[in-house]
Amino acid sequence: MATDETVIEVSGLHMRYGAHEAVRGIDLQVRRGEVFAFLGPNGAGKTTTVEILEGYRRRSAGQVTVLGTDPQEAGAAWRARIGVVLQESEPERDLTVIECLRLYAGYYPHPADVEATMALVGLADRADAIASRLSGGQRRRLDVGLALVGNPELLFLDEPTTGFDPSARRAAWDMIAGLRSLGVTVFLTTHYMDEAEHLADRVAVLAEGRIVAEGTPATIAGREHAAAEIHFTLPAGSGVGDLPEAVRTALVGEEQGRVSLRAPATLAVLGPLVRWAEERGADLADLEVRRPSLEDIYLALTAEGAGA
Amino acid sequence: MTAVAPQAPAPHTPARPVGGLSLALRLTLHQSAYDLRAFFRNRQARFFTIGLPVIFLFIFASVFGGNNTVAVPGGRIASKTYYVPGIIALGVIAASFVNLVISVTVQRETGVLKRRRATPVSAGAVIAGRALTAMVTALLIAAVLLGLGWAVYRAHIPSRTAPALVVDILVGSAVFCCLGYALASVVANDEAAQPITQAVMLPLYFISGVFVPSSILPHWLIDVSKFFPVRHLASALLEAYNPHTHGAGFAGGDLLVLGVWGVAGLIVALRRFSWLPIRR
Repeated sequence: MATDETVIEVSGLHMRYGAHEAVRGIDLQVRRGEVFAFLGPNGAGKTTTVEILEGYRRRSAGQVTVLGTDPQEAGAAWRARIGVVLQESEPERDLTVIECLRLYAGYYPHPADVEATMALVGLADRADAIASRLSGGQRRRLDVGLALVGNPELLFLDEPTTGFDPSARRAAWDMIAGLRSLGVTVFLTTHYMDEAEHLADRVAVLAEGRIVAEGTPATIAGREHAAAEIHFTLPAGSGVGDLPEAVRTALVGEEQGRVSLRAPATLAVLGPLVRWAEERGADLADLEVRRPSLEDIYLALTAEGAGA
Repeated sequence: MTAVAPQAPAPHTPARPVGGLSLALRLTLHQSAYDLRAFFRNRQARFFTIGLPVIFLFIFASVFGGNNTVAVPGGRIASKTYYVPGIIALGVIAASFVNLVISVTVQRETGVLKRRRATPVSAGAVIAGRALTAMVTALLIAAVLLGLGWAVYRAHIPSRTAPALVVDILVGSAVFCCLGYALASVVANDEAAQPITQAVMLPLYFISGVFVPSSILPHWLIDVSKFFPVRHLASALLEAYNPHTHGAGFAGGDLLVLGVWGVAGLIVALRRFSWLPIRR
């Protein structure tokens, strides 16, 4: 769905709070229709950056354009085109789900249908429930509904699933994935790697106020070229010395018959290993091949950032 | 899901002009309709704004009522009657000041105002909508107190001076909304809002002729109270309610002092109003 049109353009963004520099020179572009995930540990500057993009904070330095406008100068017409889900916000007090949505729909010049929005976020059967009595997951979905009811072109989601149980997180992901099919551009911050991997077209990893890597979840920081880890247990009666040459060169270690390999080219190791086992009539029952997860990449990147 | 999904946004359709007085008015009424609904659903707000003034009217009229009379400009009236405008002043302040400080502080500290700030709604519409809610509520509590005073204590309901009474209630409500926004801008903690408003108002109720008739207060205390807005609301309401009043019952001097307080409150409120939580 992503197009060439840029909806968010940031260059040289800095944000200082007194002596503390929370954001230290960020450049990024987000294209229309893509789901962009902003990853980073707590305190890395994610929320500060998002709140600058949303128009809540005035930056210290740099250029920011969101939907063609500088957010810190933007007015009502610009806010009508964005939707914001804050990291922390409670529901409107003493209003029901449908009343909250109608209140917010009334703020916008071209609102979406309230009933349809309620169905989209999975709250159709809770229409008349008092919003503050919803469960945590349902409240969060109402937050998303309130951000969507104005029919935004661009949706900001600041840690949308923090504190969710696994099934609520799944449901939220399905919902966000559904937004993509509507053509809504999504700017997502999260510290869950599986969330970014599941939802995002592109991710940027933030550490200590700087972007330390950027790319697709599958290729970020050379992930697709990174060595795979292979583990298996030696068949009874064999030792490491019996393994074929191609396997032995990849050897990392062996402990009580459990062998660990690192293989930049996976099949060059796996092929000889499998043939060797077949010749001996052995079954490598606990053979495990593991590519580095996004989380491994992220931990390596943010550890480097923290050490810098 | 796609069957019920809202329309995909049309990226380049120019938005309908967002602005103009009629839009501001429409949004104010829109906001106020939901604020009123939330108000009537909130048990605590209902009790402190409607229940408590009714209880106060019963207590003061019963304790100090009997066959006593109170000296008022132009003559004497039954003590039971005297308390009707006094407790209306308390009700107007409960609806406009106390309730507003609590709800605005809570909305700000829980991120509700911050979320609204991300929408196209203007600050003016949110603020005026909340103030309109307070004014409607103030009229309602005044009507309840007038009706109870008439039904239980045979207090009268003014006719000739009714317009002045309504004006006093609306002006008083607007002024105490401005003061409420000003106070809310310095109360950082939503749990402190209720005690702070009561700590500010209770002493003023005692020295301003709301709980105790001014005619039995020492002069110096009256002089102190004349500086504050509560006395001027109470005495404007008394002038409009007092059967000895000649003419239309508009208390120009009191309304002027109230207006000055309102403008001062508005200036503080506009300079310090915050959409974002201030505790964090």
